[in-house]
Amino acid sequence: MHELPVTRSILGIVLRHAEANGVQRVMAIDLSIGALSDLEAEWIQSYFDHLSRGTPAEGAALRVKRSPLTFRCEPCAAEFTATREELASARCPGCRSRDVSVIAGTGYTVESMEVQS
Amino acid sequence: MSDVTLINIKEEILAENKELAQQLRADLRARGVFLVNLMSSPGAGKTSLILKTLEHLRAAFRMAVIEGDVDSAVDAERVAREGFPAVQINTGGSCHLSAAMVAKGLERLPLDALDLLFLENIGNLICPAGSDTGAHLSVALVSVPEGDDKPLKYPLIFRTSHAFLVNKTDVKDRFDFQTGAFRERVRRLNPEAPVFEVSCKTGEGIGAWCEWLRERAEAGG
Repeated sequence: MHELPVTRSILGIVLRHAEANGVQRVMAIDLSIGALSDLEAEWIQSYFDHLSRGTPAEGAALRVKRSPLTFRCEPCAAEFTATREELASARCPGCRSRDVSVIAGTGYTVESMEVQS
Repeated sequence: MSDVTLINIKEEILAENKELAQQLRADLRARGVFLVNLMSSPGAGKTSLILKTLEHLRAAFRMAVIEGDVDSAVDAERVAREGFPAVQINTGGSCHLSAAMVAKGLERLPLDALDLLFLENIGNLICPAGSDTGAHLSVALVSVPEGDDKPLKYPLIFRTSHAFLVNKTDVKDRFDFQTGAFRERVRRLNPEAPVFEVSCKTGEGIGAWCEWLRERAEAGG
């Protein structure tokens, strides 16, 4: 639901890296969005199309990869992934503990971009 | 034009907000102000809970409220009528409060004359859960008419909050809200967090919630 401010941040990061690298045109941007985030890729693309007009990133395609929900088991420190549906019943596959913390899968990252310089 | 090349970025989109939030938290701690972020759906009773809490803790702390709303100042007016400093932040359409918006609200408050500050987030169970406000404590409120399935539908807010309240217990016999089922769903997502049942209408349960909050605020975390 908060795609607009997030998209603005994405564009800011992309343009900063484009300028630092002397990029003429950004062709595509790879984003990683956590499985627990409610962001909608289609909305991000349409906001991006609007915000990027007149910049080197105009027309760039956003490619979204969902990063998995990752947990750490507090007693045994094992790390494991689970689906969003399994969140409430997550248990460590090793020691079966329920005392687990989410360590990844809630954030958003600009991974890389394809450019022409 | 030359060939297409790939540039590695690996930059977290909300890093800026996270850094500012951490800075706010440290600054407020240094000044002795404890910030509580209150989140819920629209109409669950955030403002009513704040008013009840202010009344109950009046003798213990010097308090103020930052009200976040998409538009209007009705909530801040309600708080100011009770004699507490209140600042209204209008987000102009944004669905949650960011650390930058909170920082602007803080500028308009007499921080050296405050111990406990409430932040009423935008009514919404999705967006506020993903954005660090700089608060020391995040609390989520649900109300009986909303149903006991909220933890299943909005798991993120139930993972990121430190305590939960169920409001409107006075109308419990009119609805199907099962407290046991709700508590179990919360426990699975957040085993440590306490759940308080309150009625802002009758005052039931407000004392237990305020005692817990007082201890947390005095401990500073």
